[in-house]
Amino acid sequence: MDLTKLHPGSEFDGFRVGEKIHEGGMAVLYRVEREGADFPMLMKVPRLEFGSHPGCYVGFEVERMILGTLSGPHVPRFVARGSFEDIPYLVMEYIEGRLLHEYSDLAPLPADEAARLVAALATAVHDLHRQEVIHLDIKPANVLYRQDGRAVLVDFGLARHGHFPDLVEEEFHKPVGTSGYISPEQVMGYRDDPRSDLFALGVILYQLCTGRLPFGKPATLSGFRRRLLLDPLPPRCWVPDLPEWMQEIILHCLEVEAEKRYATAAQLAFDLTHPDHVPLTERATRHKRAGLPTIFRRWWRSLRTQPGNKAVPTSHLAQAPNILVALYTGVGQEKILRAILEVVRRAAAADANCRIIFVTMLEPDISTEQDTGHELLNSLYTRRLVELHHWAAGLQLPAHRLRFHVLEGTNAATVLLEYARQNNVDQIIMGARGSSGLRRILGSVSSRVVAEAPCTVTVVRVPGSE
Amino acid sequence: MKIAVLSDIHSNLEALLACLAHARYQGAEQYVFLGDLLGYGADPKACLEIIAPMVSAGAVAVMGNHDEAVLGGLCENMSFAARDAIYWTREQLGQPERDFIQTLPLVARKGNGFYVHASAAFPGRWTYIDSKIAAAKCMQASGSPLTFVGHVHHQTLYYTAGAGAAQVFVPVTSAAIPVSQHRQWLAIAGSVGQQRDGNPAAAYLLHDQQRETLTFFRVPYDYVSAAGKIRAAGLPERLARRLEKGN
Repeated sequence: MDLTKLHPGSEFDGFRVGEKIHEGGMAVLYRVEREGADFPMLMKVPRLEFGSHPGCYVGFEVERMILGTLSGPHVPRFVARGSFEDIPYLVMEYIEGRLLHEYSDLAPLPADEAARLVAALATAVHDLHRQEVIHLDIKPANVLYRQDGRAVLVDFGLARHGHFPDLVEEEFHKPVGTSGYISPEQVMGYRDDPRSDLFALGVILYQLCTGRLPFGKPATLSGFRRRLLLDPLPPRCWVPDLPEWMQEIILHCLEVEAEKRYATAAQLAFDLTHPDHVPLTERATRHKRAGLPTIFRRWWRSLRTQPGNKAVPTSHLAQAPNILVALYTGVGQEKILRAILEVVRRAAAADANCRIIFVTMLEPDISTEQDTGHELLNSLYTRRLVELHHWAAGLQLPAHRLRFHVLEGTNAATVLLEYARQNNVDQIIMGARGSSGLRRILGSVSSRVVAEAPCTVTVVRVPGSE
Repeated sequence: MKIAVLSDIHSNLEALLACLAHARYQGAEQYVFLGDLLGYGADPKACLEIIAPMVSAGAVAVMGNHDEAVLGGLCENMSFAARDAIYWTREQLGQPERDFIQTLPLVARKGNGFYVHASAAFPGRWTYIDSKIAAAKCMQASGSPLTFVGHVHHQTLYYTAGAGAAQVFVPVTSAAIPVSQHRQWLAIAGSVGQQRDGNPAAAYLLHDQQRETLTFFRVPYDYVSAAGKIRAAGLPERLARRLEKGN
């Protein structure tokens, strides 16, 4: 193969080759231009010369297969694929932004800064999973941030598409990934669980908050396998003033068994953007690794069970939806509240991994101009929150499946819709405008939400009430 | 160019019409019939009346073991029900239909595709591709990037990985799978006219040449009528039940 014909200024297939941006072990990247293109582009060419790693080509083939199926702001735009004198190439959007690598080099970062970066990343990962793809090599070198703060995932050479044959697995027959970030199930050769990406996000959070990698950078298989049994040292051992919620989130992501981690990246993104609402468990205050009994249990379990997820990514996500429940908890609402909770109960029973977010609106007509306004608002806020907890308690669901939020704003429908968009909500459950109290506060809120929501909306009515 | 690949139609008119309509809606411009146009079902003439003009207009068709048996070839090794259906079909066909079947080749090549009913390795021996080894032999013999076969009624995708070995993949219905030119692929199209996996819906696949993808489809069709015709023709009850149950 002859790469010398690809030099700045050469032209083919309508592309004009620019400078060489990067020359890695696997591929070479060039800037390219094309007539009429309104965004910058790069061309990726695999290194196929004698002696190059046999995985180079498979990784490139996998990226060629997958990138063309992806869309949205969280992946580089796919432009073209083709061959130049038997050299396959791939042209995609060139992302102008900062690498997560630049931030991780500055670690330890403040917890809220780390939460902001990884929340954007988790949103990107969720968007990828929604498109049936598991990345399986998420690390600071593969994450970029656009100017507007949205994260972009690059390099799909080790990725897995739920509907395609897994060429990577066939090629290597051994764990593939980056040693510091690879999940326990990947170490065992399983490449079909979206929660493997959540493990990598936990490693990144740990790294951003402490400046260390939780499992180091092992180079041997036995070094890789340590994470099947041993927990990382809790991050607060390194950074004692790290908030408890952050340790809770990190250790939740780094659970050895995938089913104990967050079910979806959307749930992780929600917790990182609402740290005050994260229910703290024993993880939050843990100060040492798990002891021998836990290690023994994991070892025993590893002998008898196989990890791996039979469902393709989208079916996995479908079983762990984010459900937004909008309640108006005023006086005289018992009937409609019971009817709504009955619908929620059925949804919660159907999908054991669903996350239920209860929200209510704070009436906007409180005058904050008065001296007592702020205090009054605070007390009203607390009252609404207590009321939400009161009604949700009837469902008898474990705390980690529930979240509560009091929303403020002058237009209930606008606020609800915006909240649903920002938090990857899959379904909204709300009452109809039928009952009189609801009509006063919500007006035709439900009809506008139904018309404009980015997801499924269930409007609940009390039978025979009108 | 999108090519619809239909295999093992087995004289099932309802399934054939449903798949052709589905393929046309998907934008198919070319058609390939991978053999076993006849046998089992009650509509041999009606099916050939649709397929023969398509072949004259440029569609590809190859011969299957049931087609060969109808012409007088060996059918003593088939199951009783299959054999009874062959004897019955022989009586239904006239000379024009026999002449058409007679012209079908064992294999066909078009573009980067290789088409054969059973296996490219020994096309006339009607071997089944039921293992990675059989798939690897078939791909080696065809030499084409894409090989399409029928005979086995289950939709499956094999591909080369490493030194001559083959890997197997069970496709998800309706998902377009990219098939790069840099390795060999062997697609088993599934059967239009007789299912054996418990799902009575007809099966075929669509090859999108421009996008380099294969999409495996399942198409629900009126199997009640098809089974009714089998009973009315006095063919074995087992063949009617099979269409209703899908196995």
